[in-house]
Amino acid sequence: MLRERMVAPPPPPGPTVGFLQFEGVSKSFGPLKAVDSVSLGIQKGEFFSLLGPSGCGKTTLLRMLAGFETPDTGRILLDGEDITALPPNRRKVNTIFQSYALFPHLTVRENIAFGPRVAGWPKERVEEEVGRMLTLTQLEPQARKMPGQISGGQKQRVAIARALINKPDVLLLDEPLAALDLKLRQRMLIELDLIHDQVGITFLYVTHDQGEAMSLSDRIAVMKDGRIEQVGPPAEIYETPRTSFVAAFIGDTNFLEGKVAEIVSGDYCRLEVDGFPEVVCFNDKQIGQGKSVTLSLRPEKLRIGRERPEDDRLHNAVPGRIEDVIYLGNHTKYWVRVQEHRIAVLEQHNRFLLDETPLRWKQDVWISWHADDAFMLEAYSESDEQLTDQPPERVGEGS
Amino acid sequence: MKAGRRGEWLVTLPSFGWLLVFFLVPTLIVFAFAFKPSDPFGGVSPGWTTATLAGIVDPQYAAIVWRTVWLSLLTTALCLLLATPAGYAIARAEPKARARLMLLVIVPFWTSFLIRIFAWKVLLHPEGALKAALVGLGLVSEQAPLLYTPGAVLLVMVYTFLPFAILPVYAAAEKFDFRLLEAARDLGASPLRAFALVFVPGIQGGLLTAFLVVFIPALGSYVIPDLVGGPGGEMLGNKIAQRVFVDRNLPHASALSALLIAAVLLPMAAVLALQSQKRRTETIIEEDA
Repeated sequence: MLRERMVAPPPPPGPTVGFLQFEGVSKSFGPLKAVDSVSLGIQKGEFFSLLGPSGCGKTTLLRMLAGFETPDTGRILLDGEDITALPPNRRKVNTIFQSYALFPHLTVRENIAFGPRVAGWPKERVEEEVGRMLTLTQLEPQARKMPGQISGGQKQRVAIARALINKPDVLLLDEPLAALDLKLRQRMLIELDLIHDQVGITFLYVTHDQGEAMSLSDRIAVMKDGRIEQVGPPAEIYETPRTSFVAAFIGDTNFLEGKVAEIVSGDYCRLEVDGFPEVVCFNDKQIGQGKSVTLSLRPEKLRIGRERPEDDRLHNAVPGRIEDVIYLGNHTKYWVRVQEHRIAVLEQHNRFLLDETPLRWKQDVWISWHADDAFMLEAYSESDEQLTDQPPERVGEGS
Repeated sequence: MKAGRRGEWLVTLPSFGWLLVFFLVPTLIVFAFAFKPSDPFGGVSPGWTTATLAGIVDPQYAAIVWRTVWLSLLTTALCLLLATPAGYAIARAEPKARARLMLLVIVPFWTSFLIRIFAWKVLLHPEGALKAALVGLGLVSEQAPLLYTPGAVLLVMVYTFLPFAILPVYAAAEKFDFRLLEAARDLGASPLRAFALVFVPGIQGGLLTAFLVVFIPALGSYVIPDLVGGPGGEMLGNKIAQRVFVDRNLPHASALSALLIAAVLLPMAAVLALQSQKRRTETIIEEDA
């Protein structure tokens, strides 16, 4: 029954040397510490995302790399060269701005040719490269139009072409999809991914949208209050978050507070959680007996049903009562009352819905999960609870 | 819709009537007087003649017209050159400082125009403080005249018209998206090139307005060259005044005025045509898209 389980690697002892390297970079605006001694190494060709809520310092970090802000302390190295003090026009990085910042007095073609023109490329080469960029971004029909005459998605592509034509070492993307509507955003996600594959340039992507970061990135750095909480590939960050903040910010989760009651074997322990029968949990962090921990349960990893599941050494089951049902088409979200806890459960609809007898409000159910599907967190802060998707309590209808 | 249109006409009528009676009709009278014979008592005689118009094609005017044009063009150029960085700086200043800087631009208007020009007369006077300072620094010789030169006219004209240039430039700069300058810098432009390639085209509407509000009044300058210009700094406006007040020759003054009005209307019409043509092509392309 033991499965191969992803385990969070221990934090690296020091910053590894990357193609792009932040070394103890800090930046304050008055009393506000926007970026707090961040060290980070990014590999060549990597699609790297800085993910965090607004005000976490991700944009400031990006602007320091672009050269629009100067760090108070620390260094930024690009390909081994210290670029901390270089002005923006002398750095081999280009930015795609959230507002696109296309020059309104220039045509699409002239916008794309801006960088080469300033750099003084020979005319034929500018023509040739602009043509290639127009092809890459499928903008040939728009080449002679002004930025005011094209759509949001096209503007986005002009901004990409205008940056890429300079062959930067790193392409910076500052929430580039924030201004687009949902459908267009999904299409641009795929386009960005394709472009990254084609040009092979290092992408540094700043976003507050975990979906964007998860779907595009090779690695993600989750930021909070100017610090990096965790760096890793998307699956690792989702499956083995290091802190309650990461667990709550990436995806959705249920937090349960408890205490390690007994170490069952090398890999498993038994937890005491108020209102639950004994809970078996995978103990990847080797947390010792008697320690207080927070258990994180992803809603989609929970099973819900009317029948009590069969007893199993590594399965946990607990009875509860459905308090809320939100039908969302491809899945349904249930809120289940278990003593003083409200547990979110996500059920995917893989079959024709009418074949099943749907679970309804106020029905008694069993929730169950495998010991490997929950994870324990030592670091927990009360405020992270608010990041989880808790609905308001229904007044006068409690259990 | 129809009623709304009529309402619009109704509220426009008073100002339209005002312009007709006090602007268009007098202008037409000026044009008409240019074709009238003069009378010795300062009025006009009956009948029509083209002799006056022929009379202004005179080498003595060619020099004056030339000086009027180059002084006005140079004034406009200097004003735009100073107003562009000034407008940029004010628009980029903190909101609080911005209000203070705007106050500084407007404050000169609180003092009478004539008094400010007399102040320049004092400053530029051969025994004035400015002259003494410049001589003391070894920048000008004791004999070099400051007052009553075309240079003095230019200086005082730039001084007078600069606020009129700063206001429209600032108004345009305030609406400018300064993130575009960051984009230009990001794409490899030095600060100066970003300014020239992105900021200046970005405020071209304001620059055009500034050009008109400086160049047109500059062409018609009369008081400034009269007070600080001397014979070598005379402009067309002074000649018109002399024809009216000294020679009492209204037709001659009218012919010169007509010339000046034409000189003002031509560049203005050109600018307006340019703007409306640009707007038209933009709408056509937009409809295409």
